[in-house]
Amino acid sequence: MKKELIQLQHISKSYDGHMILDDLNLTIHENEFVTLLGPSGCGKTTTLRIIGGFERPDSGRVIFDGEDITELAPNRRQVNTVFQKYALFTHMDIAENIAFGLKIKNKSQAYIKDKIKYALKLVNLEGYEHRMPDTLSGGQQQRIAIARAIVNEPKVLLLDEPLGALDLKLRQEMQYELIRMKNELGITFIYVTHDQEEALTMSDHIVVMNKGYIQQEGTPEDIYNEPENAFVADFIGDSNIITATMVRDELVNILGTNFACVDKGFGENKPVDVVIRPEDVKLVERGKGTLPGVVSHIIFKGVHYEMEVQAGGFEWLVHSTRMNEVGSEVDIRVDPFNIQVMNRPASEDEEAIGVAE
Amino acid sequence: MFNNRKTSTVMSSPYLAWAFIFIVVPLGMIVYYGLTDDSGAFTFANIASIAQPEHLKALLLALELSLISTVICFLLAYPLGMMLAKNKMGNQGIITTLFILPMWMNFLLRTLAWMTLLENKGIINGVLSAMHLPLIHIINTPAAIVIGMVYNFLPFMILPIYNALAKIDDNVIDAARDLGANKFQTFMRVTLPLSVPGILSGVTMVFIPALTTFAISTMMGGSKILLIGNIIEQEFTLSYDWHLGSGLSLVLMVFIIINMIISAISERKESD
Ligand SMILES: Nc1ncnc2c1ncn2[C@@H]1O[C@H](COP(=O)(O)OP(=O)(O)OP(=O)(O)O)[C@@H](O)[C@H]1O
Ligand SMILES: [Mg+2]
Repeated sequence: MKKELIQLQHISKSYDGHMILDDLNLTIHENEFVTLLGPSGCGKTTTLRIIGGFERPDSGRVIFDGEDITELAPNRRQVNTVFQKYALFTHMDIAENIAFGLKIKNKSQAYIKDKIKYALKLVNLEGYEHRMPDTLSGGQQQRIAIARAIVNEPKVLLLDEPLGALDLKLRQEMQYELIRMKNELGITFIYVTHDQEEALTMSDHIVVMNKGYIQQEGTPEDIYNEPENAFVADFIGDSNIITATMVRDELVNILGTNFACVDKGFGENKPVDVVIRPEDVKLVERGKGTLPGVVSHIIFKGVHYEMEVQAGGFEWLVHSTRMNEVGSEVDIRVDPFNIQVMNRPASEDEEAIGVAE
Repeated sequence: MFNNRKTSTVMSSPYLAWAFIFIVVPLGMIVYYGLTDDSGAFTFANIASIAQPEHLKALLLALELSLISTVICFLLAYPLGMMLAKNKMGNQGIITTLFILPMWMNFLLRTLAWMTLLENKGIINGVLSAMHLPLIHIINTPAAIVIGMVYNFLPFMILPIYNALAKIDDNVIDAARDLGANKFQTFMRVTLPLSVPGILSGVTMVFIPALTTFAISTMMGGSKILLIGNIIEQEFTLSYDWHLGSGLSLVLMVFIIINMIISAISERKESD
């Protein structure tokens, strides 16, 4: 197990009486790419600002490398931030922007010069020393913001939706660049995004947040394959979320039909939610599957076909490389390990807190 | 049919006429009067008369007092501008109103109010004597003129500085802190340089009217202290020597132009 680097302990924060973070607990390990993922307004930036020292939590502690830094000013923390909107110094050229932190620390001229060169090389912008920030494109400014942060050799780099303003192609390029930089630097990245695909692509560890609560933590595979509640399942990729009844261990009744599954310990005849990913729904010949249905819609998506199948009174979303004509009568089959069973929250509030509690 | 160019010429013609009648013509007349004598012959004598001791003294005093006023205005306006810019939504309205409201009143009236406050038998001394405290004798001194200038021109310093500060993105300040700068370093290296354009226009907007004023010095200085503005005014209204008055105005204009060139240059440097 990697060493623990940052611990957020029982962090609460409210603005004007609105609870933004409620008793948040999170541990971040050394040399990890951690992503905070969640819908707009769920408190991702607030969490990052508490780690960076720009906001004080109302209660709770921030522990860094075993030391309590809750009250420490941002300039005394060993973290650097790449802000959501670049926040470059417009009155300085690129070299001066990158040198800012080093000059504050009274590094030698030669050291600073070397670092500028190294950083510009790392972000693929060699020769940009004497350009002014407002003459660069959004993607270039973003990379300068990253260069400006990393020359300070932080133990942790905080990135707040750094690719939010870029077009799709540049975004994908920058995703690979960031992973490369992370590996080259060997430091911890805490990355904020509301783009689930970006999170799945880049992270070692994903923290899914909603309404100020952590819904689920885990590797991208865990989060995708075994969402713990309907919110996570719905937020991470397309999915079929169906209310069902757990008949007994390893048997769940979905839409009136019994399906074999692998989940245990929910009790007998308990109301649950099940998640089935569209690519895990198999369409087979009538009579060879579990639940009969009729294809009602089909769209070609490039790599696969996206189909809608009416079965058991539910509209199933199905991804498959093989197509079935609209109107064709099929059976639905799902392998037991592809059925993910989750507790059903009793209320809205409980839904926000999640079943992880 | 109009073409666009013609339309815009037609549309702007009232303004052009206004500018011509009220800016170009008077300026031309000042240049003409300034460079001629009574007989209409060309001369530098009017301009050279700035070298006369009483004129030179008035010019130097005007420069000194307007510089002092500009500095005081800056020192008062900057912290206030920062406070205003900080709580962008808070009680900004109240503070702004407090400083802007007096501007709706005629400035002679406002200066008159200061006269009655500061007079030897004025309100302030009335209060002081009631409290058995030593009286102040400020009226008719250069200090009174500076008070009048600062009071009248302070809003012109606050507004551009506030505008410049309000434009600075909070994230940029956070970024400086993030990169290790303490509050003072952040101010010196980021906030202050980014507000230079506001400071420059504030300085221009205070320095020029302060340099040329005659009303404030007349009222607060009790016509004993003459600034260059007073000399020029007297040439026009008392001695009826338009030539001399215009000549001295031309000299004053040189200082105004120098001020504007300096701010234009530093602004260009800023944006480079
Ligand atoms: N300074 C502040 N004053 C008042 N409310 C704030 C402040 N900062 C954030 N909030 C509120 O806190 C909530 C969470 O904000 P936060 O910026 O952390 O969201 P986020 O998850 O980063 O969202 P996004 O994806 O849109 O950036 C929002 O409802 C926001 O309105
Ligand atoms: Mg945010």
